[in-house]
Amino acid sequence: MTDFTDHSVREGQAPTFYLKEEHHPEGSTMLGFWLYLMSDCLIFAVLFATHGVLGRNYAAGPSPADLFDLPLVAVNTSMLLFSSITYGLAMLEMEKANRNSTLAWMAVTALFGIAFVGLELYEFAHMIHEGAGPQRSAFLSSFFTLVGTHGLHVTSGIVWMFVLMAQVAKHGLIVENKRRLMCLSMFWHFLDVVWIGVFSFVYLMGVLG
Amino acid sequence: MFSDPDLLKFIFGRLTLEAIPYHEPILVATFAAVVIGGIALLGLITYYRFWGALWRDWLTSVDHKKIGIMYVILALVMLLRGFADAIMMRLQQAIAFGGSEGYLPPHHYDQIFTAHGVIMIFFMAMPFVTGLMNFVVPLQIGARDVSFPFLNNFSFWMTTAGAIIIMLSLFVGEFARTGWLAYPPLSGADYSPGVGVDYYIWGLQVAGIGTTLSGINLIATIVKMRAPGMTMMKMPVFTWTSLCTNVLIVATFPVLTATLALLTLDRYAGTNFFTNDLGGDPMMYVNLIWIWGHPEVYILVLPAFGIFSEVVATFCGKRLFGYASMVYATVVITILSYIVWLHHFFTMGSGASVNAFFGITTMIISIPTGAKMFNWLFTMYRGRIRYEVPMLWTVGFMVTFVIGGMTGVLLAVPPADFVLHNSLFLIAHFHNVIIGGVVFGLMAGVYYWFPKAFGFRLDPFWGKMSFWFWLSGFYFAFMPLYVLGLMGVTRRVSQFEDPSLQIWFVIAAFGAFLIALGILSLLVQFVVSFIRREELRDTTGDPWDARTLEWSTASPPPDYNFAFTPVVHDQDSWWDMKKRGHSRPLAGFKPIHMPKNTGTGVILGALSVAFAFGMIWYIWWLACLSFAAMVAIAIGHTFNYDRDFYIPADVVTATEGKRTEMLASEV
Repeated sequence: MTDFTDHSVREGQAPTFYLKEEHHPEGSTMLGFWLYLMSDCLIFAVLFATHGVLGRNYAAGPSPADLFDLPLVAVNTSMLLFSSITYGLAMLEMEKANRNSTLAWMAVTALFGIAFVGLELYEFAHMIHEGAGPQRSAFLSSFFTLVGTHGLHVTSGIVWMFVLMAQVAKHGLIVENKRRLMCLSMFWHFLDVVWIGVFSFVYLMGVLG
Repeated sequence: MFSDPDLLKFIFGRLTLEAIPYHEPILVATFAAVVIGGIALLGLITYYRFWGALWRDWLTSVDHKKIGIMYVILALVMLLRGFADAIMMRLQQAIAFGGSEGYLPPHHYDQIFTAHGVIMIFFMAMPFVTGLMNFVVPLQIGARDVSFPFLNNFSFWMTTAGAIIIMLSLFVGEFARTGWLAYPPLSGADYSPGVGVDYYIWGLQVAGIGTTLSGINLIATIVKMRAPGMTMMKMPVFTWTSLCTNVLIVATFPVLTATLALLTLDRYAGTNFFTNDLGGDPMMYVNLIWIWGHPEVYILVLPAFGIFSEVVATFCGKRLFGYASMVYATVVITILSYIVWLHHFFTMGSGASVNAFFGITTMIISIPTGAKMFNWLFTMYRGRIRYEVPMLWTVGFMVTFVIGGMTGVLLAVPPADFVLHNSLFLIAHFHNVIIGGVVFGLMAGVYYWFPKAFGFRLDPFWGKMSFWFWLSGFYFAFMPLYVLGLMGVTRRVSQFEDPSLQIWFVIAAFGAFLIALGILSLLVQFVVSFIRREELRDTTGDPWDARTLEWSTASPPPDYNFAFTPVVHDQDSWWDMKKRGHSRPLAGFKPIHMPKNTGTGVILGALSVAFAFGMIWYIWWLACLSFAAMVAIAIGHTFNYDRDFYIPADVVTATEGKRTEMLASEV
């Protein structure tokens, strides 16, 4: 291939204007997926900002200290943190080209994810049962929406996990599937980071009052 | 069976026969025209046996050029709808004086001004800009396609689906009566219980997904797919402004999505984000929506600035003056556009310091914009200016936009804004910058790139007619609004008491009539140009003696854009190639790797219309079914690993051979 970075070509002397070989730009999927994650991050930013503004508007209803069961949330948080570790293990197995152990760690990750969503649904059901549903006050509206949006993301991550497991089982660890595993990895860890924000700002600081 | 109200409610939700506006003669006539036009179009497609080709070559195409063209067609169709709304308003305001109620009752008038704003911004200007970026950017950077061709097709169909949802509201139910940003509490469930705001929400949400994804796609394309040698500071200015615009899209459309989602929850689930009671805060909505809304105007105008930069350099036969400052100005505008949103509601009462901050940032934006203006002027200075139609639009823009910019700086002064807020002065200002900036730019862009897209130039006579009608029509239509605004007339009013105001509205209506002639000339221009296409044929691929890479390939470009990827040594790389005597390669073609077409995008788009319709009318079974189908089809799509193919080398050789003959016939 000709050296096209040569800028020393003088006026009047015709340099190379065309590549003789096919040009293969490097893949854009990772960049594109990062951009998607950042756009998603902005959705969470809006929800955090809304909670920041409305999160103290209890409308004479219950406050975080009345509602939040911190030990339960701590267990829930650990479910998600463990799931990130196990997804990391799946990626290590992928690097070693072990299809079956990759699949196994993905299954474990999905189970942790399901446990997380299940505990969250239990928490929601409990609050609604106590009369603290999303309609009760602006604080509860923003709480349910922020936490629920995160939960919906985790749910779609779990669906994606199963779809990708089927694809890895079918086609093995081919280039396309490795790329998809990388994307899901970024998605999953991203949700972990967002949850740390939720745990700190919504639950801990909420209870502090 | 149909006497059972519960069953009817299950099947049709809140949709009843009364929702069909058969008692409104204007709408019935419109509907008849749409039906007749639709049948004529379908008949023509059938007569010319075009269905197969339409599906294979267009609807399912992942080719960025065809998707770009389809975006522009969508934008032109929506321009007609949006303009029909505009001229109805102008007519109403010109006659509704001295006790006359005009011909539009207030509830209809309110829908019209809302639809006009929504359609012009989201479904005219946005698809127009996206379409031009889609068509031009990959060609300008010497790429074969965008980074994610299927995603591009999907984005287009989501945008179209949004447009269809908005159009449905014309004939089934009603549209929002809230103004184009649907401020709560007016847009909340208490004050707008009907389907109007729901049409608004779902139309924008569906289209917004398309816009965000297309933004991601184009950023990745510009960052990753540039031809070898094209460093960032060698990118054409239009590509630069496209990059900044897409950064803004990705940085703001999620905010719109989230904000509308919160409004949706208020309306559907009874939450209290923006309500008056239980701790809700309507001003939160106004802040959030303008955090999207202000960057949005720069999303629209930056690509227009890019078009003017290309046009000025080409038609003055000179390198663009101050390329680097142009790039920096674009980037500075991109950043500043994010910190001025509060100037849309100085009257909120956030206090002097906050208002001062946002007033000053707003005024600062005029500095980089002014720098751009001088760059264009200095490019023209001592250039060999050819007053082709795109250049006319550019000069018209420079004069008009400066006036709009200056009234913008006036509005940026908070005390002045307290007087002018929500007045017709504001309306005149933003039409001045959006028509004078965005629309003029798009018109210049269409004329400039049309030969690249279709292989023949547009007819210059009708182009000039269109330009002069638009330009004079603009001044007649909007200068009176400045006067009225200064006299204190507020926006969105359908009837007036004071007869002394009427003359100004009559002048404005005359201006709208001139603009109508401008739009008519544009359409005539397309027809005349098509008839005269052999005379206007562009055999060279470079009809304007232009400077950037899109002109180095054939008009229209082959599917693969470039047989060999060009190597870039200069900002104006095609100009550089011409000056330094490049020779077009005639042999040694290789098979070219291309993405396959797919129908998934159009199917998902159609399902999202069904989903939105179900949500709007509370037809829950339809919403659930179509959502499930969308998820299933999207997942099914990921199981298809066979997504590409090779154009064989002999096909490339044959295509390029034809071009060689065409070029030879020219000499």
